[in-house]
Amino acid sequence: MSADPTQVLAFETDCHIFDGCGFPAPGLHSFLFEPIVGNADSNLYFNKTMLLALLGSLIIVGFFWAAFRKPKVVPGKLQMVAEAGYDFVRRGVVYEIIGKKEGEKYVPIIVSLFFFVWMMNLWSIIPVAQFPVTAIIAYPAVLAFIVYVLWVSLTFKRHGFVGAFKNFSGYDKSLGPVLPLSMAIELFSNLLIRPFTHAVRLFANMFAGHTLLLLFTIASWYLLNGIGIAYAGVSFVMVIVMTVFELFIQALQAYVFVLLTCSFIQGALAESH
Amino acid sequence: MSPLLNIAAEEMENPLIPPVPELVIGLLAFVIVFGFLAKKLLPNINKVLEERREAIEGGIEKAEEAKTEAQSVLEQYKAQLAEARHEAARLRQEATEQGAVIIQEMKAEGQRQREEIIAAGHAQIEADRKAAASALRQDVGKLATELAGKLVGESLEDHARQSRTIDRFLDELEDGAEKAEARR
Repeated sequence: MSADPTQVLAFETDCHIFDGCGFPAPGLHSFLFEPIVGNADSNLYFNKTMLLALLGSLIIVGFFWAAFRKPKVVPGKLQMVAEAGYDFVRRGVVYEIIGKKEGEKYVPIIVSLFFFVWMMNLWSIIPVAQFPVTAIIAYPAVLAFIVYVLWVSLTFKRHGFVGAFKNFSGYDKSLGPVLPLSMAIELFSNLLIRPFTHAVRLFANMFAGHTLLLLFTIASWYLLNGIGIAYAGVSFVMVIVMTVFELFIQALQAYVFVLLTCSFIQGALAESH
Repeated sequence: MSPLLNIAAEEMENPLIPPVPELVIGLLAFVIVFGFLAKKLLPNINKVLEERREAIEGGIEKAEEAKTEAQSVLEQYKAQLAEARHEAARLRQEATEQGAVIIQEMKAEGQRQREEIIAAGHAQIEADRKAAASALRQDVGKLATELAGKLVGESLEDHARQSRTIDRFLDELEDGAEKAEARR
């Protein structure tokens, strides 16, 4: 039984245990969507993830628009909530890692990144949408690329060409004969692996989370037949547990993403040693 | 195989290769968020946060100022009070001393005046006595002369008796004067 990637739901609704139907396990096909508009072949199409991405950004803008368009010195409820979120990223992440003086300039991008990633993650458990946008590598990749361009250009601007090279390669005379090897590894690690892991860390977490949720959701439905009903109940409890867990992971991954971004920027700004 | 299945098959082999349209949309979505937040909304809230911070700090500063002022006023009062107490104590002390001195002086003065009065009394009495004695002497002389005149007029032959009479008279006078002197 092979999954049909064009299906609307993540699994077939008429498939139950003891019905001669194999378990429709979730897989890579669960992360593919038929375009709503356009042709998937032509690179000119619009699908569910894109819709969620744009919708998500509109939600963020809408939320902050409502909260910060006409902010008051004595805040209302909405403004207070938005301020708490803003302050958390600004003080808890940017000031904490880059420092207040140097970090102030990067607050807008870090705040945007945090709420963008969080929103895209949150789609995973929002009913009807129920798909984390960041589980498609393209979205984390774009964000990681922006961050990469930012910190690399910052390094060049701050240290000049040679200084930047030393910064990337972790140049340290005291290493002696191992220095070339160390420099090669550091260059490779900083310039190639770092942006990749930055994106993949987020992607893989959300991908795995979504897969787990799907697994238990599908199992709950699939087991809903005869004696399987008892197991279906267990599986459904797991759906609830995993949903709560995902809620936590979503915020955590958004936090980790901006935390790493800040540490990259901080490394770019740091004095050469 | 449908074209979608082709893509699906390709992508299923590697979910790490990002489809270009999604990259574009992802970039667009993020740029929308970043644009609104960075250009308008965050500067907005930063301004307000700054205002709030200033308002709060201003309030705190004012309170601090009032507190220090109150403190200084209190200290001033305390100092003044202490000074006043000190002054009062000093005045009391001074008054006591002055009172003692005055009493001493008054006593001395009283003593002096008493002695003066006594001395004056004594002098007066002495003078009176002297005046009285001299007046008496004169009277005695006059009386004696009168008596002598009478005696001479009466009889000259009883000369011896006359002279006894004069002597007796003068003795009596002397006695009387001595007695008076002793009584005093």
